[in-house]
Amino acid sequence: MSELVTRTAAELRDLLAAGEVSAREVAQAHLDRIRATDGRVKAFLKVLDEQALAHAGDVDRRRAAGEPLGPLAGVPLALKDILATKGIETTCASRILETYRPPYDATVVKRLRQADVVVLGKTNMDEFAMGSSTENSAFSKTYNPWDLARVPGGSSGGSSAAVAAFDAPLGIGTDTGGSIRQPAAFCGIVGVKPTYGLVSRFGLIAFASSLDQVGPFARSVTDAALLLDAIAGHDPADSTSIPEAKPDFLAGIDKGVQGLRVGVVREFMAEGMEPGVRARVDEAVARLEKLGATVVDVSLPHASYGVAAYYLIAPSEASSNLSRYDGVRYGLRVPGETAEEMMANTRAAGFGPEVKRRIMIGTYALSAGYYDAYYAQAQRVRTLIIRDFAEAYAQCDVLVGPTTPSTAFTVGEKVDDPLAMYLNDVYTIPSNLAGAPALSLPIGLDEHHLPVGLQVMAPVLGEPAMFRVARALEADLAFDPTPRGANALETPGGAAA
Amino acid sequence: MSTVTETTYEAVIGLEVHVELDTRTKMFCSCAIDFGGEPNTRTCPVCLGQPGSLPVVNREAVAAAIKLGLALGCRIAPTSEFHRKNYFYPDMPKDYQISQYDVPICLGGSLRVDTSEGEKVVGITRVHMEEDTGKSLHVGTSGRIHGADYSLVDYNRAGIPLLEIVSEPDVRSAEEAKAYLTELRAIVLALGISDAKLEEGSMRCDANISIRPAGQAEYGTRVEVKNMNSVRSLGRAIEYEIARQIDMVEAGERIVQETRHWNEDAGTTSTLRSKEEATDYRYFPDPDLVAVAPDSAWIEQIRAGLPELPAQARTRLRDELGLPADRAGTVVGNRLVGRLDEAVAAGASAPEAANWLVNEITGWAVERGMEPAEAPVTGVQLAELVALVGDGTLSTKLAREVLTDVLEGKGSPRGIVAERGLEQISDTGALEAIVDQVIAEQADAAQRVRDGNAKAIGALVGAVMKASQGKANPAMVNELLRARLLG
Amino acid sequence: MALSTDDVRHVARLARLALSDEEVEALRSQLSDILAYAEQVGEAAGGDVPPTSHAYPLANVFRADEPHESLSPEEAISTAPEAEDGRFRVPKIVGGEA
Ligand SMILES: [Mg+2]
Ligand SMILES: [Zn+2]
Repeated sequence: MSELVTRTAAELRDLLAAGEVSAREVAQAHLDRIRATDGRVKAFLKVLDEQALAHAGDVDRRRAAGEPLGPLAGVPLALKDILATKGIETTCASRILETYRPPYDATVVKRLRQADVVVLGKTNMDEFAMGSSTENSAFSKTYNPWDLARVPGGSSGGSSAAVAAFDAPLGIGTDTGGSIRQPAAFCGIVGVKPTYGLVSRFGLIAFASSLDQVGPFARSVTDAALLLDAIAGHDPADSTSIPEAKPDFLAGIDKGVQGLRVGVVREFMAEGMEPGVRARVDEAVARLEKLGATVVDVSLPHASYGVAAYYLIAPSEASSNLSRYDGVRYGLRVPGETAEEMMANTRAAGFGPEVKRRIMIGTYALSAGYYDAYYAQAQRVRTLIIRDFAEAYAQCDVLVGPTTPSTAFTVGEKVDDPLAMYLNDVYTIPSNLAGAPALSLPIGLDEHHLPVGLQVMAPVLGEPAMFRVARALEADLAFDPTPRGANALETPGGAAA
Repeated sequence: MSTVTETTYEAVIGLEVHVELDTRTKMFCSCAIDFGGEPNTRTCPVCLGQPGSLPVVNREAVAAAIKLGLALGCRIAPTSEFHRKNYFYPDMPKDYQISQYDVPICLGGSLRVDTSEGEKVVGITRVHMEEDTGKSLHVGTSGRIHGADYSLVDYNRAGIPLLEIVSEPDVRSAEEAKAYLTELRAIVLALGISDAKLEEGSMRCDANISIRPAGQAEYGTRVEVKNMNSVRSLGRAIEYEIARQIDMVEAGERIVQETRHWNEDAGTTSTLRSKEEATDYRYFPDPDLVAVAPDSAWIEQIRAGLPELPAQARTRLRDELGLPADRAGTVVGNRLVGRLDEAVAAGASAPEAANWLVNEITGWAVERGMEPAEAPVTGVQLAELVALVGDGTLSTKLAREVLTDVLEGKGSPRGIVAERGLEQISDTGALEAIVDQVIAEQADAAQRVRDGNAKAIGALVGAVMKASQGKANPAMVNELLRARLLG
Repeated sequence: MALSTDDVRHVARLARLALSDEEVEALRSQLSDILAYAEQVGEAAGGDVPPTSHAYPLANVFRADEPHESLSPEEAISTAPEAEDGRFRVPKIVGGEA
């Protein structure tokens, strides 16, 4: 196995620019790695060998000809199968879209092409991004490279497992209630949910429109910032896209934490967390203080209502967003005597149990007589959580806490208990409700050799401070992202450690 | 309707009118609007509801909503929102319609209409923006939705901007409803925001109809009636529905809340769906769209650009241009005010120009299935025609011919007159020669005139006109004949 | 909030989901549990708190009224499960709307 797959995106970019390696070689090395490991990890729904090599070849040709190239020219990436790719199956891991080939490209996909990122394939996910384990995919489970009996998290589990397995240095996920940060934490990599509106949602197949946001996975903080820079920025095709210029994510990233105030969220450190997670988070906070940050204790008093609010708002929006899968214009059709029957049969056969459950919750919550008690009330809680954050940020620049209450759980452990699965998102949901950015940084392993993630949260458009804190801690902890342990995937270039 | 029941019951009617805007592009995407194109040639990921696509509001559609709101005296909401109206239907690409709900863009206006019983003010509850659906073609032996074997959907119309105008339940009769719809249509046309063709569906009117014993304060159970494709069928449907409800009440039956379909051919209404079948629309704010908050500068700019509205025009034509009220109404109703003003500015007398517009020009257009306003004659040309008649160059009869030539694109009235040599012969010398010739040829008739038979002069005038190929000035001919024979 | 099977069937009809009896029963208990949990939003916020539908407040995001190219009719119906004469074909529609 080529050592090229162990490189970060920034390293590959520099090697490519220096002409020490070709984009085709880089792409081939990663495709080989996918071929060697994906039978066990199952991160990809579709590997785009031909397109990837052709694009890489084109990058090499243009570089040789001295033509202009994008900032990440020749760097490979794993793309979540929720972003529309023109003419290429885009399934959302759902039977209902199994054969769907969009007639257009998502804005993020266009920006990746402008950056000359080489897309290796489309990755597995929970169906329509509804889940926290990637077990809700209609096509396959995905397995955690750190322990192949465990889940990679979700819903963006395919992309996070691909990056953790060294199939790609970069990945794209989406985060509605934690779907980037939780799998990043479970897989020992960096995952970022940007400020809502920073990255275009045009071509992102909607789950919950007011919460969905596209973001990067990487094995380093700088790589994540580079990828975010490539995809962020105003898009006139998305009415909720922020019109102001995007922040400079990289300018101050190596400045350290000296002088920064880091708030520790009291409620997130209370009960419910596994001891292994608590130990690593406590150590990380201590390191931040050592590195020169001022650590303050802050409170988000309404954060505990976040899960309840989220499981009303997200299903309500989803119930409406997913109405269009009716067997008329695209996707699956199951016959029926009448149009109504055809629609009901199609949706019954095309959606999996979790999707049906959320459509049902949302339909109920919006229906006559219940709107005020459920949907409107959840939106009020959202207001309170936004106010909580505003008060907290009056005292500090960023907030930290655990990304998840536990490390990766075993496959099948929570599938029969939807509510227990939902509670996995307790620390990640408040940032989605507030539209604010948050990042998960690997900070060490628990007693089972499973990665623990620290969540770094920042106010709206506060990504620069978030990256700066994460980068300082990353440099200090020097976490090794290579999966290891008894049941881990083998190390690239050798047997499992 | 029997006169007994008419005096016993009062109808309470509210109208919901949908107007398709003729912006260049759709409400939420950049597809061009093109009526009557080949199926599915005006679609894109957004208006097909493709997964991942997102709506962006057409600024001109918002401007049109504000225009209509101002014209109807509405308050323009400082902030309004788009909601999703959720229901499944094959011609609705997302299976929800983007509409407005509790915070529409325009609130609380009114519309004044003239009826045989005088002026009536109908309250406007709201004007809101929404998107149109696609069109289903029902295939099967009946060609209609009932009894069809299957349906074929074309999404060209899906996403075209609509304004929905909801009236207060202030309308009391079919006549008032017709007057309301006619006046609303005239306003929409004057604003230039829609072609508002009821027959073609670019303007649609639904009526909520109930009856109650005269003098009772509470409303009766209301029935919504849809599918009226003209002002006339709106009137027919309302009259039928009022009579049906009265008959039911008289027979001791209970009226059920439902939606009924007007069948134009049968002249009846029939149940479309009952209240129990009514959908729970699950409205909620569309998270893909942001608030519409027009600032006062924009609103004032739109207000300043508003054209003269039909009611204002009617008053001006009557009071300032001296047209009779009904003539003013016709000119305004046929959107001929601009043409009239142009003719008056070019020196024509308003009543004469209006005469030509309402009689000849409208008649010519109607015969050809055109809107009178589409008739290809300018106000300047009209003024020229009026002048040619006024100075005696053209007889009324010849002027009609000239007008027809103008409408057929053959040039200006003066040009046509010159080209066809149609000037009336008013030159005394030329006329005297013809008159003398006719007197010589028709000596008997001339003698009868000399003998005091005044009526006989008619035959001689006719002969002179004929000899001059219609170009002789009849008044002068008459005068000359009298001078010769009786002078 | 305890739901009845009739509640579940009514919601399923609104959502156009043909559910089996087992699914109805499973959903009845799961939805009841989830909604019972979610109901705590009622105690969290008073009616004086304004609801937030968009975390990042924007207004007046408009598009110029300028046409762009549409899809070709072939592309438009390329994804159709069933098409005829350039149109999307569906089984007969029973019950009117719009
Ligand atoms: Mg409407
Ligand atoms: Zn379109």
